[in-house]
Amino acid sequence: MIDKTTNQRAWFLVLPVVVLVAFNALIPLMTVVNYSVQETFGNNVFFFEGVKWFEQILHSERFHDSLLRQITFTGIILLIEIPLGVAIALAMPKRGPWVSVCLVLMALPLLIPWNVVGAMWNIFALPDIGLLGRMINGMGFDYNFTQRPLAAWFTTILMDVWHWTSLVVLLAYAGLSAIPDAYYQAARIDGASSWSVFRYIQLPKMKRVLTIAVLLRFMDSFMIYTEPFVLTGGGPGNSTTFLSIDLVKIALGQFDLGPAAAMSLIYFLIILVLSWIFYTLMMRNEEQ
Amino acid sequence: MAKITLDKIRHSYLEQPESPADWALKQLNVVWSDSGAYALLGPSGCGKTTLLNVISGLLRPSAGRVLFDERDVTDIPSDKRDIAQVFQFPVVYDTMSVYDNLAFPLRNRKVPERQVKQRVHEIARMLDLEDLLHNRAAHLTADGKQKISLGRGLVRSDVNVIMFDEPLTVIDPHLKWQLRSKLKQLHQEVGATMIYVTHDQTEALTFADQVVVMHDGEVVQIGTPVELFEKPSHTFVGHFIGSPGMNLLPCEIENGLPSFFGHRLETVRAVKPPAGASRIEIGIRPEFIRFADQGLPVEVVKVNDVGRYRIVEVAHQAHLIKLVLPEQLPVPERSGWLAFERDKTNVYVDGWIVT
Amino acid sequence: MKRAKWLVPTLYILFLLLPIYWLISMSFKTTNEILGTFSLWPREFTLNNYITIFTDPTWYNGYFNSLTYVVANTLLSVSVALPAAYAFSRYRFLGDKHLFFWLLTNRMAPPAVFALPFFQLYSAVGLFDTPMAVALAHCLFNIPLAVWILEGFMSGVPKELDETAYVDGYSFWRFFIRIFIPTIAAGIGVVMFFTFMFSWVELLLAKTLTSVEAKPIAATMTRTASTSGYELGLLAAAGTLTIVPGAFVIYFVRHHIAKGFALGRV
Repeated sequence: MIDKTTNQRAWFLVLPVVVLVAFNALIPLMTVVNYSVQETFGNNVFFFEGVKWFEQILHSERFHDSLLRQITFTGIILLIEIPLGVAIALAMPKRGPWVSVCLVLMALPLLIPWNVVGAMWNIFALPDIGLLGRMINGMGFDYNFTQRPLAAWFTTILMDVWHWTSLVVLLAYAGLSAIPDAYYQAARIDGASSWSVFRYIQLPKMKRVLTIAVLLRFMDSFMIYTEPFVLTGGGPGNSTTFLSIDLVKIALGQFDLGPAAAMSLIYFLIILVLSWIFYTLMMRNEEQ
Repeated sequence: MAKITLDKIRHSYLEQPESPADWALKQLNVVWSDSGAYALLGPSGCGKTTLLNVISGLLRPSAGRVLFDERDVTDIPSDKRDIAQVFQFPVVYDTMSVYDNLAFPLRNRKVPERQVKQRVHEIARMLDLEDLLHNRAAHLTADGKQKISLGRGLVRSDVNVIMFDEPLTVIDPHLKWQLRSKLKQLHQEVGATMIYVTHDQTEALTFADQVVVMHDGEVVQIGTPVELFEKPSHTFVGHFIGSPGMNLLPCEIENGLPSFFGHRLETVRAVKPPAGASRIEIGIRPEFIRFADQGLPVEVVKVNDVGRYRIVEVAHQAHLIKLVLPEQLPVPERSGWLAFERDKTNVYVDGWIVT
Repeated sequence: MKRAKWLVPTLYILFLLLPIYWLISMSFKTTNEILGTFSLWPREFTLNNYITIFTDPTWYNGYFNSLTYVVANTLLSVSVALPAAYAFSRYRFLGDKHLFFWLLTNRMAPPAVFALPFFQLYSAVGLFDTPMAVALAHCLFNIPLAVWILEGFMSGVPKELDETAYVDGYSFWRFFIRIFIPTIAAGIGVVMFFTFMFSWVELLLAKTLTSVEAKPIAATMTRTASTSGYELGLLAAAGTLTIVPGAFVIYFVRHHIAKGFALGRV
């Protein structure tokens, strides 16, 4: 790494960033903190309530359920997307004209607006007019994601895998293409099996990009809102109501500003702490 | 251990090679005798690494055969050839300890763990890695890593040949010398055939008993360092080896003797050039030219003092000739005559030596 | 087994293209065909859905609005992130590490948390329902990302480059614009790809901060789905059109993506 020189004037270079981000982050955050400790009955009259909303949220069954759903969802999609993305990256051609073709086609889902993703999967999976819905029902399963929680979960997860696995593929592929040929040649001469090549060369060399992939996928899936909202609307019942959907329901649907603000802060804190834990766990060995 | 024979090897990276320039290796016939120390010398892009990869089995040649002793191994994969290769940049398995790195090739071949242990310790002792055996390989310095790459080759007792592909590129200068003498010492201890690829003549000449010089996908000479120096079989060798390189003077043949701008070089042996030769040159190393009382008249252009000797540039007509003179020998002020050492002056026709 | 390797990416790409195909094929169908019969491809091929979109100003204005704030956000994010990333990669200054970490935490802020405060904030400063509001709001997550990725690229450029330029008498800004920026062009390409992508696909904030004048195309679609009944063909056509800009962007950066990824921290 570069050894840096101390220069306080560098602050001038970061100032625009600080101003812009602070405008967008600090003022709204202060608003949220403000709401989270107050009660209102409208007309802009507020009463100080202390930590009442925090206690209420932390003890609320509804919050526990959404959190559990959120963790389950994020866990499942991480367990599917990371290994799948790595496997696809491993199977990609290393060079040649097909690389560009593969990358362009794979990146396509990443650039589709999220509500279009939801709408697209809606009309793709509807049991009466959707291709997927028809196919699954044709195979003899009774599949209807608007009525059955299990089918709704299956569709939501499949949609997320469709939407985001490519990000893992792109990152893993970048990690793989940075490995010099000499490593593969040495491994061949050493008589290493393809599993050993993966375990001792490819996986260690991909570690950094995979850390980024896991972090990005964790954060984004934990904040997921638009796609499941458009696809299932959080239902049937509350079966796919993840944290963000629940939060928007409370804040904009019921206009319960205090509880919503308290929930926001807890939500944000959970993401921060979990991201930090992921990061430390994955980078543990680097620090030695 | 084995003798390695390259029989009419040709290789091209293109599917359909057309012009001669499409061939990375033009046509090679080389025999590497058992337990020799070879250097493969040539400029970047001359096909050294390609040749190495053909021997190690990482590349299948477009044509020709590779023999280990009398066994044809052309189609046998690298891991079955019992060879070892050390690459330009150190290749270590980052997540493993030094011990596990050294044990890796043995474990892949299902060698019993007791033997592995004994062998790894033996090799670690040879390479002075004993104290580091339980460190993570990723935390070693470049020369330490390069030693591990080397150790992984040596750890197998049955290696036919160990190949080095410019292994000292990333090593600090003061460690280069150490590691090079270590290699030389290992060659004597282990007795395996070693092929050392480099573009640095000093490395090649100090390491090897036999030097193979490559140019443009062809082997232009195989010989001892002394042979390469005194009797380069191709003008490329003369130019590439030695500093400064060999002087090349265009000449014509008159009555079997070469003449340079009408000046007959009586000192040179009589030669008979083949018919249809387009380019005839005299090659003489700067070390084998002296000032004399008669001979080729020249003007002194420049004198360069480089310590124990002087490099003198002189000109005949517009042709520059370089001399390397020991310090004590005098240099004429402005003009003088040159004498060429008879045995060390060679005639080249179209680049190749005429004997 | 080696032979079958190409099957994995091929099957995956087929899986990716299937829903997109369904969307596109539906956009060429009539409402009757969509609801009445099940067909794998349009039997009564129609362009009516596209004609509706291109002739109705609420539709094509949506397009224009979306592109305006996405481009504005990309340019804004990259141009302020460049000097900041340079500062983080080259200098040590008071609070640098904390500042960097704080920037990154904003990437972790769920947009749902900020939706309501943003609405109030941008109403208060009079930017509500303008593309500028969305462009500014998306800076929340795009600037941290841009700084993060660019810092990775810049750390890979040896410091000698800067020093040589200063010795040669370049001023900071002249060096930065004439030498440094071209050096990390691949990195800037990657960053623009990401900022464009995250701004183009985000909807929650974009929808919250606009009502009529600056409504993004994606939000116009939602309106169709809810108010004018089940005009699925129209919805599909609009959806298809939202894929086009993304496809263009990928096509233009296709060579830089793999290279850029490999060079930088991402």
